[in-house]
Amino acid sequence: MRSPILRRIRIVVAALVFICFFLMFIDFKSLIPANYKDSILFFQFIPSLLKFHDLGTMAAGGFLIVLLLTLITGRTYCSFLCPLGIGQDISSRIGGRIKKKFKRYGYKKPFTIVRYSILGITVVVTMVWGVYALTLLDPYSIFGRFMTYFVKPVILLLNNFMAGIFGKFDNYSLSHVPVIGFSLVAYSIPVAFFILIGTLSLTKGRLYCNMICPVGTFLGLLSKISIFRIKFNDSKCTRCGRCALGCKSSCIDFLKHDIDTSRCVDCFNCINTCQEKAISYGLFKIKKEVHETDESKRKFVAGSLMLLFGLSDILQGQSKDIPKPRKESTVKEERTCPVCPPGGGGIEDFTKDCTACSLCINACPNGVLQPSVKQYGMANIMQPVMDYHKGFCAYNCTVCIEICPTNALHPMVLEAKKLTQIGKATFIKDNCIVKTEKTNCGACSESCPTKAVHMIPYEGNLVIPEVTEDICIGCGHCENSCPTVPYKAIFVNGNPVHMAAKKPENEESEIKTPVDFPF
Amino acid sequence: MKRRDFLRTSVGAGLATGAAFSFCGYEKLFASLPSTSAAKYDMVAVMGGKPDAMFDLGIQELGGMGTFIKKGQKVLIKPNIGWDVIPEMAANTNPLLIKRIIEHCFKAGAKEVYVFDHTLDNWVNSYKNSGIEKAAKSAGAKVVPGNSENYYQQIEIPGGIKLKTAKVHELLLETDVFINVPVLKNHESVQMSCCLKNNMGLVWDRKYWHSNNLNQCIADYALFEKKPALNIIDCYNVMVKHGPQGVSKEDVVEMKSLMLTTDWVAGDAAGARMLGVPVERVEYIPIAHKMGLGNINLDSLNIKKIKM
Repeated sequence: MRSPILRRIRIVVAALVFICFFLMFIDFKSLIPANYKDSILFFQFIPSLLKFHDLGTMAAGGFLIVLLLTLITGRTYCSFLCPLGIGQDISSRIGGRIKKKFKRYGYKKPFTIVRYSILGITVVVTMVWGVYALTLLDPYSIFGRFMTYFVKPVILLLNNFMAGIFGKFDNYSLSHVPVIGFSLVAYSIPVAFFILIGTLSLTKGRLYCNMICPVGTFLGLLSKISIFRIKFNDSKCTRCGRCALGCKSSCIDFLKHDIDTSRCVDCFNCINTCQEKAISYGLFKIKKEVHETDESKRKFVAGSLMLLFGLSDILQGQSKDIPKPRKESTVKEERTCPVCPPGGGGIEDFTKDCTACSLCINACPNGVLQPSVKQYGMANIMQPVMDYHKGFCAYNCTVCIEICPTNALHPMVLEAKKLTQIGKATFIKDNCIVKTEKTNCGACSESCPTKAVHMIPYEGNLVIPEVTEDICIGCGHCENSCPTVPYKAIFVNGNPVHMAAKKPENEESEIKTPVDFPF
Repeated sequence: MKRRDFLRTSVGAGLATGAAFSFCGYEKLFASLPSTSAAKYDMVAVMGGKPDAMFDLGIQELGGMGTFIKKGQKVLIKPNIGWDVIPEMAANTNPLLIKRIIEHCFKAGAKEVYVFDHTLDNWVNSYKNSGIEKAAKSAGAKVVPGNSENYYQQIEIPGGIKLKTAKVHELLLETDVFINVPVLKNHESVQMSCCLKNNMGLVWDRKYWHSNNLNQCIADYALFEKKPALNIIDCYNVMVKHGPQGVSKEDVVEMKSLMLTTDWVAGDAAGARMLGVPVERVEYIPIAHKMGLGNINLDSLNIKKIKM
């Protein structure tokens, strides 16, 4: 096919996909139903692969379709379905506008050793140690973090600005949404990647996809045997080189009439660029290719990658500023285990599957999910952790469970979630207002949805909290409500493995329907 | 022209010109508006009907909504919407009652009716699952968020012992009439939540109250000059234990009652009786009584009791 329609189709599909992802990540009012989000996420390669690995059902078979698609059409995934890839295309286009004269592309040799080393290391790390390399390099998760860390706060600020103006005119259809910032350390990796991918895409097109992205490299391997490819018509070509200059993958060697299919992302720009119509997309007849490897280069790459992993440790030094105490509490909370979201099953179970795409952090209506720093260990940085100083886990909510694309949060119905104990409330009497101030408070018991935290008689007319551990689900509403600073008088200690909570028992009251007013 | 009429007119004009009016001064002007109390009874208590029917009867006994609202006024209705639970749990004010109150406000000539609460659970879900958002909107009221500090403005409470300042929702300051619509329920810590306790949903920083003698703060807030023109106490379904949120329906007793009063301390005293709690045990009630904020002695009040 030589028709310019191919490129147009690519742009339309890519734009739709990008808009869907964009809306999904800025959906702070939860307007998009979870099942829509699930279908948008279905084709994301790494999340689908992880989910399939866990569940083994075809409901998570999106990656198989991607594999098939790649075997037939080449790396169309990278141009049509990958939000990070599409985002880079947009960035490249902006780069082209800014520096039109600058000949950015043109044929370049592939970074063969770099890319296969990264792919190899990613595979080995994932199989031997866990999800760490995927967390760092999965393009969907990188995109998710860009949206969560950089784009959504801007959208919220815009919303709040508009809500302010509307409010002045007595219109409350928009509402303020508090913007919750993350721990500074958690920003380090997204910022580094944003600079890296931003610069590369502005100046070099798809270099990130063809040098670093393990998904791109893997699909590139497959596309070497794909059925449909971009190809030259030798007799028509005048070797003008326009195609090579317009190729954002820098994969067209027009002098040799050779196209590196492992790097070609099927953007179809070259078809439109070629005035002689010498380039087309169609069935391919097999040709053999030979690759050479260089061990020293491979070692260098491995070394640099380790440095990249080490980056998070280097940036560890910054700490949060401590809130100014209004009334000093004295006993520090001894949290021996962080609290991971319901559906996670337990710390180990959860952290092994989460690629820190941050979709749940984005979607949580109560702001309780925060990117972790050291809670799960530095290697698991950015995976969501429950932060009860910022929010609490709403009793009637399963939003994070519903949208998790990797099955790190296993499907769970609301009734089951209400009986899942992710942690246990622990009461520190010496910090409690009732003891230190001798006045009633009860903020914790007020908030407790199961009454695991309830009030018992104390001195005189005072009542003081008590925790019934077996009906506590660890939602953290008590910790969130507790007014003491700097240490809370009640806090939730995570369960390393989530447990079943008992259903709260309740009896009919002795008070009956009155027949007359008692006054 | 009377002084208060002058104030009223000038405030109205100020609002009409919108942002031109500086924020620093006008809350005090509002504050000087007295709560209307031209009603025949100190309290009307109705028993035995549906929430809306009981309100129809009760407000009629007080001379209709026109006793409390003048034509063209803006009205704030403050229910309890604190929790993300269904109406049957009675943790929030009955939506049927809210709807009927709004209808009466418009019938009395209210220009605009606003409804909001500073919820404890997620506000979107609480507004929705309490049924109040839908009920209020269907009656034509504006349902306003209270989830962000941006909506709250600093006020002074000169006579407060523990609570001397607070940040209250802008609507409390911008509306002409404030109608307090609490639901009567048990509260594990301060024993009861009713009229005065419902004020905690008007303010931003509740943690300050909790950590600085909660009972005194609840009473102190009642000193603030913008007082309710009317308190409508929902006792249709009453949470008698595990309050203020409740665990299950076993916590709720159907009392099919409604109380209307201009005296919120008397309203709280009546509420305590309904719950079977000694009034002295609900510490903020006697404190408020001693501070002269209302009358705890129900026997000395003119109370109209109606059974349907």
